[in-house]
Parts: sequence; structure tokens; C-alpha cells
Amino acid sequence: MNGQELIPHLFRTEYRKLVSVLCSHFGIQHMETAEDIVSDTFLSASESWGMKGIPENPVAWLYTVAKNKTRTYLKRNKLFEQKLSPEIRYGSTQSEEPDPDFSERNIEDSQLAMIFAVCDPLVSSESQVALALNLLCGFGAQEIADAFLSNREVIYKRLNRAREKLKEAGIAIAPPTASEIDARLDNVLTTLYLLFSEGYYSVSQNTILRQELCAEAMRLVHLLSENTLTARPSIDALLALMCFHASRFEARSGQNGEIILYDDQDETRWDRELIDHGSYLLERSSTGTVLSKYHLEANIAYWHTHKQDSAEKWENILQLYNRLLQLEYSPMAALNRTYALSKANGKEEAIREAKKLDLDNNHFYFSLLGNLYTDVDNTKALEHFRRALELAHSGAERRLIERNIERLQNI
Amino acid sequence: MKEFLLIFRRDIRKEAQPSPEQMQASVKHWQDWIGGIAAQNKLARQPQRWSADARVVRPDNLVTDGPYAEIKEAIGGLLFIKANDFEEAGEIAKGCPILQWGGNVEIRMAISPEEADH
Repeated sequence: MNGQELIPHLFRTEYRKLVSVLCSHFGIQHMETAEDIVSDTFLSASESWGMKGIPENPVAWLYTVAKNKTRTYLKRNKLFEQKLSPEIRYGSTQSEEPDPDFSERNIEDSQLAMIFAVCDPLVSSESQVALALNLLCGFGAQEIADAFLSNREVIYKRLNRAREKLKEAGIAIAPPTASEIDARLDNVLTTLYLLFSEGYYSVSQNTILRQELCAEAMRLVHLLSENTLTARPSIDALLALMCFHASRFEARSGQNGEIILYDDQDETRWDRELIDHGSYLLERSSTGTVLSKYHLEANIAYWHTHKQDSAEKWENILQLYNRLLQLEYSPMAALNRTYALSKANGKEEAIREAKKLDLDNNHFYFSLLGNLYTDVDNTKALEHFRRALELAHSGAERRLIERNIERLQNI
Repeated sequence: MKEFLLIFRRDIRKEAQPSPEQMQASVKHWQDWIGGIAAQNKLARQPQRWSADARVVRPDNLVTDGPYAEIKEAIGGLLFIKANDFEEAGEIAKGCPILQWGGNVEIRMAISPEEADH
């Protein structure tokens, strides 16, 4: 990797670690200071590495520079005397100004502490996702706005409100206790799942940004799954689900950013390594007594890694959706279940069941009906696809529906 | 939307019992039926399975194993659903697999505390 590739890469992998360690060093009150020091560290890296070349151990270089900058900052700033000194001095015998601790152990503990701080119930769930991106992944308000198809001001305000709440409450950045983990883990997983979905399903055309969102979410889930405090079968299941989905990332968009549907995908472009890793995690997740929705969804995704249609495949997918919907209703799960029903029990039954779904404002609903009626009653199929077209907003989705309409008109 | 309780009763006499193959198919029918209700977001509570085994307590602290000696029908299960009225709840109940085995579905509507006062 050359310098131009290396720094963005390190920004993705190290930003979170540096900010987490410094935030737990300074306390949540001073998170902006922590962020400033980290940004400054990366700025120094790009200046210095550009001139002197890449150091032998770039990561260690970043930690050392961040440490030095922290030292300089504390010396220069009276804040140290007034507010920080007693807290920092506490527990330290060696020095009055201990350096932030970049040991592997502390990096991991700090990251974990930060994830749980971001997912504090004080922060609304939509803000949690934005704050996680901002604080843990170093995404700016504009990048988040692009990913969410929102505008910068809205995101900026949302982030500020969330930050103020955490500061006002004086949230401690400390490894979560067992009861905090139990109470908040669902929330944490939901946030990370949303983060991933934002990347995977976002209608934003920026493929690189979307892939990064997915990778970030996977890194964070990986962190949780490998930590003895937080490891749970449901986390392995969630990571397995992400691996299966991510394995199709390349295959699901065409050269012009158009969506390529599952049936039309070239399965040689699926990432086998990710599928294998997902299978390993899914197997590892099959312990304990809790069957989470992530287990069910990961199993569904697993069956989708078999491209070949078979009665067994669709019967399994149908039953998994049946159980998933009993655990938690969602319109997408209802639509996907109905599609699986058509594959397992036939189109006639699926059409009957589809009509009972009260999803008349959803373009996916009309696309599903269009699909079900294709070859059964093509006039009706066309009507449904046209209705879907009226309701769809994004360009990529509209083009997909138009392709279906053209296909039908040529029959 | 109101909450309704569906009570499934089935014939428990020996001659009415399904074969193992029929049982196998029946699991799928139940799952598909309940999955269909869930897909309409009309499950009021998560389904719960109940043992076929039962005890009956009678006056004088008399406890017996199930009501099976005296009756030919027993409760096979319960399901809590959401529906606008009895008519809609009835439409949903028509898909219940227990009907294929000569059983029946009793439908009760939940009464809110305010309604109970009147």
C-alpha cells in the first residue's frame, strides 16, 4: 500500500481506536478535544509521510504522535489544572501526567466502552446510528447526510443534540457492566445492524461510501463477538448475516450502478471467503437457548448462498420467515415471506396471501404482486408494476421496475 | 383493532388421531397459517405451544390426569390475534388446520376495563 492508500485505510481502522482511548482518557466532557487531537495526528501523518516516507510501523507512529500531542495539549491548556488533573492523577503513582494508554487491551476496552456509551438510551435510536458513524468511524456530517440521503444541517443538529445529552449526563466511558451489557446489547446490535443496512440497502449511488459503511459495521460487530464480556451467540449470528450479505456486494450492482437482482447475479462474483466465514460463524452461533432474529435472518441468508433453486431451499426459507415474523413483524419480512411462499407452495396461494397484506403505499408490494402475476395474468402483472413505478423514488429502483415492464410488454 | 383469542379444540378419541405422516404435514400447515397471520401483523402475542398432557383439579382437592376419560374434545392450543371485529377474526380462523381434523375454533374478544364496567 502506498501513502495515498495507506492513510485513508488507517483512518478507517485506527481513528476509532485513537478517539476511544483519548475519550476514555479525558472523559466524555472533552470528546471534542479527543477528536481534535486525532484529526491533528492524521494531518501530521499525511504531511510527514509525504515528505519523509512511510515509517516502519505506521500504526505505532500514530499512537506515539497522538500521545505527544496529548502531552503538549495538556501542558498548554489550563483545563488540565482545573478539571482534568484530579481525575487523571487518580490511580497513577508514576507521573502527574500519565500518557494515554495505547496497549492492545486498553484499546479494546475503550472501544467497547465507546460503543456502549453511544448506544446509551439517552440518545434516540436514529441519532445513535449517526453518532456511531461520527464518533466511532470518523464520518463527517456531510458523509452521513450523503449516506442517509438527508441534508448536512439536519445531521449536524442531530449529532450536536446527541453529544450534548451525553455530556450533560456525564456518561462514564468505562467498560460496561454485565447488567449494562444485558440491558443495552439489543440496542447496540440494532444500531450496528442499521449501520450495515444503511450501507447495503442505501439508494445512495456512492458505492465506495456504502461499502465502507458495511465494513465499519462488520468491524464493530467483530469486536463485540471476540470480546469475552460481550460475546453472545446472537452476535455471531449477526456477523454471519453480514458476511452472507456482503459476499454479494460486488455482484449486485452493474457497471452503471444499476441494481442486479439475485436471480440475475453472476454467482462467480460472490465472495466465497465471506460465505465460508459466515457459515463458520453461523455454526458457532448455534448454541445456547436464545433464538434471536439474527439467527433466523442469518439462516435465511445462508440458504440464499445456494443459487440453485430447490424445494428444500424454499421450504426452509419459508419456515424461517414464518418464525421471524412471529418474533418481530416488518413489512419487508412480510413481503419476502410471501415471495418464499410462492416458491414453496405456488403462486396461487401466494397471491391470495399477498392480497391480505395491507401495504398499499409500498412500491415493493406492487413489484411483488407484479412478479406473482407474471405468467399467471400478465395484464394484471403490468398494472401492478406500473403502480410500483408511481410509488418508487430512487432512480435505480425505477429503472429496475421499468425493465420488468419492458420484459412483460415484449411477451 | 381489537384483540381476539382463538381456542382450538380437537377430537381426542383414538380413532380420530392423525398418522405420523399427517402429523408431519400438519406442522407445516400450522406454521404457514400462523406465519400468514404474522405477515399481516395481526398476531397480538407470540404464539405459545402447550403440552398435550394435562391435570384437572376438582372440588375436594381431587386431581386427575386430564379430562380425557369423560370428554371427546380437548383444547389443542390458543392463539392471540388482532382483528377489527368478530367477522374478520372468523375469516382468519377459517384457515386454521385444526378444522381439517374435525376440530373447531372458538373465538373470544378481549374486553377492555372500560367496557367491562358498563
